[in-house]
Amino acid sequence: MKYADEFRDREKAQVLIREIDKLAASIRVGRTRPIQIMEVCGGHTHSIFRYGLEGMLPESIELVHGPGCPVCVLPMGRVDDCISIAEREGVIFTTFGDAMRVPGSKKSLLQAKATGADVRMVYSPMDALTIARKNPDREVVFFGLGFETTMPSTALTVLQAEAEGIRNFSVFCNHITIVPTIKAILDSPDLHLDGFLGPGHVSMVIGTAPYEFIAEFYKRPMVVAGFEPLDVLQSIWMVLQQISQGRAEIENQYARIVPTAGNAAALAAVTRVYELREFFEWRGLGSIDHSGVRLREAYAAYDAERKFAIPNLKIADPKSCQCGEVLKGIIKPWQCKVFGTACTPEVPLGALMVSTEGACSAYYQYGGIKRQKTMVPA
Amino acid sequence: MNMQSPPPKRELGQCFVATVTLAHGGGGKAMKDLIDDVFISAFAPGAPQALEDQARFDLGALASHGDRLAFTTDSFVVNPLFFPGGDIGKLAVCGTINDLAVGGAKPLYLSCAVVIEEGMEVETLRTIARSMAQTAHAAGVSIVTGDTKVVERGACDKIFITTTGIGVIPRGCELGIERIAPGDGILVNGLLGDHGAAILCARGDMALETAIESDCAALHGLIADLLHAAPNTRCIRDATRGGLATVLNEMAEASNCSIEIDEAAIPQRPEVRGFCEILGLDPLYLANEGKIVMAVPPDEIEAALAALRAHPLGRDAALIGHAGAGEAGRVTMQTVFGGRRIVDMLVGEQLPRIC
Ligand code: SF4
Repeated sequence: MKYADEFRDREKAQVLIREIDKLAASIRVGRTRPIQIMEVCGGHTHSIFRYGLEGMLPESIELVHGPGCPVCVLPMGRVDDCISIAEREGVIFTTFGDAMRVPGSKKSLLQAKATGADVRMVYSPMDALTIARKNPDREVVFFGLGFETTMPSTALTVLQAEAEGIRNFSVFCNHITIVPTIKAILDSPDLHLDGFLGPGHVSMVIGTAPYEFIAEFYKRPMVVAGFEPLDVLQSIWMVLQQISQGRAEIENQYARIVPTAGNAAALAAVTRVYELREFFEWRGLGSIDHSGVRLREAYAAYDAERKFAIPNLKIADPKSCQCGEVLKGIIKPWQCKVFGTACTPEVPLGALMVSTEGACSAYYQYGGIKRQKTMVPA
Repeated sequence: MNMQSPPPKRELGQCFVATVTLAHGGGGKAMKDLIDDVFISAFAPGAPQALEDQARFDLGALASHGDRLAFTTDSFVVNPLFFPGGDIGKLAVCGTINDLAVGGAKPLYLSCAVVIEEGMEVETLRTIARSMAQTAHAAGVSIVTGDTKVVERGACDKIFITTTGIGVIPRGCELGIERIAPGDGILVNGLLGDHGAAILCARGDMALETAIESDCAALHGLIADLLHAAPNTRCIRDATRGGLATVLNEMAEASNCSIEIDEAAIPQRPEVRGFCEILGLDPLYLANEGKIVMAVPPDEIEAALAALRAHPLGRDAALIGHAGAGEAGRVTMQTVFGGRRIVDMLVGEQLPRIC
């Protein structure tokens, strides 16, 4: 913990905040819009709210909380598919904890568990494989979820199952990839983002090269950032420096963890096991080309989608849901018509209200302070 | 341990089988033997007597302790039954004692009702009953009546225990959550989150090795010391399920005050912080079983802290924040990092994050 405390030093924070203030003031000259910086990753959103960072920043900087919470962007139809698998006779359905509460069109996994489905929380796909080993007469399905961060461990588990000849294990693959999604956001016409904080954990696996197009074609700066509050502040400062100097580059603030080339072994496992899907449906953002992966034909025996006939129904996001606009930074969470009324963490209507990493849920639970400060009285 | 009416002594039955079956819930000899062997021998050793259907109290004796009766009940379910720092029996006794004590009452008598799942080992039951007896004895409280039911496998999870407690509130003691006023200090008696973290670790599916022990303890002694030193203490709450954050929200809401706490002042084991960090849990919401949150008027804060720290269960007591005149019902926290955030009620259960 000593290590972590180093990155939570109040005094260092004050120094950075002063620098950020200065930079923001100079950039602000002649601009009418605030400086919008998107943190792509839900882990950053969490840190920002957990430590109250938004309130420390000058008013001219607006943080836009991006799509990087894998639990949030899972479409309802996929949750329904999970439940239809989980409710089958003989199936043990294993999942990360925070996916349990995501609402499907009728219920969540938590509710399915309450009504008798054997749904178990695990901390890694290897735990799910252990359950499969111990229950040879049951079908154990692991709910593969997350960006490039969790993709390798699922891939390695599939390879392990194959090596051991375990036949009663499969993966319901909902892994998604971040890069096409950033691109989709950059392509949207009503976008005003000035820069990005890049996802630290994802980059640990894929390195920093896949982001180059952001600087090259879209001329936006990105700083791959760590998750401690000082990391986040320093990265914001680095983005501002680029803006003020008219640069657009991919920089790596998180070099203590993120190698520029990524992790070769993890990438090899990923390429061996998965192939890109033509498109994948995101809650709030719609269908994005090449944004999801599935198991290759060679691993069909471990693919729950092939093993079980799943309904695979597309369920549209509710009409009143404005998650897409929040994700792109066009409106703030509390400006959504249903925020805090029809959509709350207890009964989430939209994706961003689901997990604590979702922007709306974070505002609902932690936020408020800055909002009250900046809201114009009606 | 004194039962109320004088003995005709009787022979205690014994249970010779290893596991509990539905026969033990049938009301016949098997049930009587189980109750005698497991519960009566633990709760009232040496003084077995004819069992009545109720415990009887002398009102005069009760009234010697104060002028109001405090009465509370709580059910306990915990998985696993045994965990570092305690077990379900100790939990059931301490929990109800604490519910009485935070109202200022001197805890006196407990009842104990158990629902047992068939197939439970009798030896495990004995261990739990002994633990209840020891905890009650150490706390100076008697378990005076009880009930036992056995249900089919699957109808409950091993054992559920309900304890009901009676205590007496001394004259002049007026604790109440609505009495909190701006300026009051918010105090805790020690390290937060140990119980929640210990239970999560003990479930074993975290694959995390830690030495965190539950803080499960009876706090009436500590509370008596506190009230002696700081007689105008406004209110005391135990920070069980929902943790510190939940109690603070209840306090702010009921008193129409705002509350601001300082994250850096919250006493916490580094292991618990690390544990939360890894699992993406918020330590403010972790359960405690031996921690209280107090609101104390400004001129008594020093005395309260000194009294708490002089007691073994309050060694790490700290002033963590203040009630204020800000937005009523709002709890905020100055983060260790210098930012400020809202501390809200928890929605549902905390579920570990994925990455
Ligand atoms: S309030 Fe709900 S519906 Fe609106 S943007 Fe947020 S999550 Fe989506």
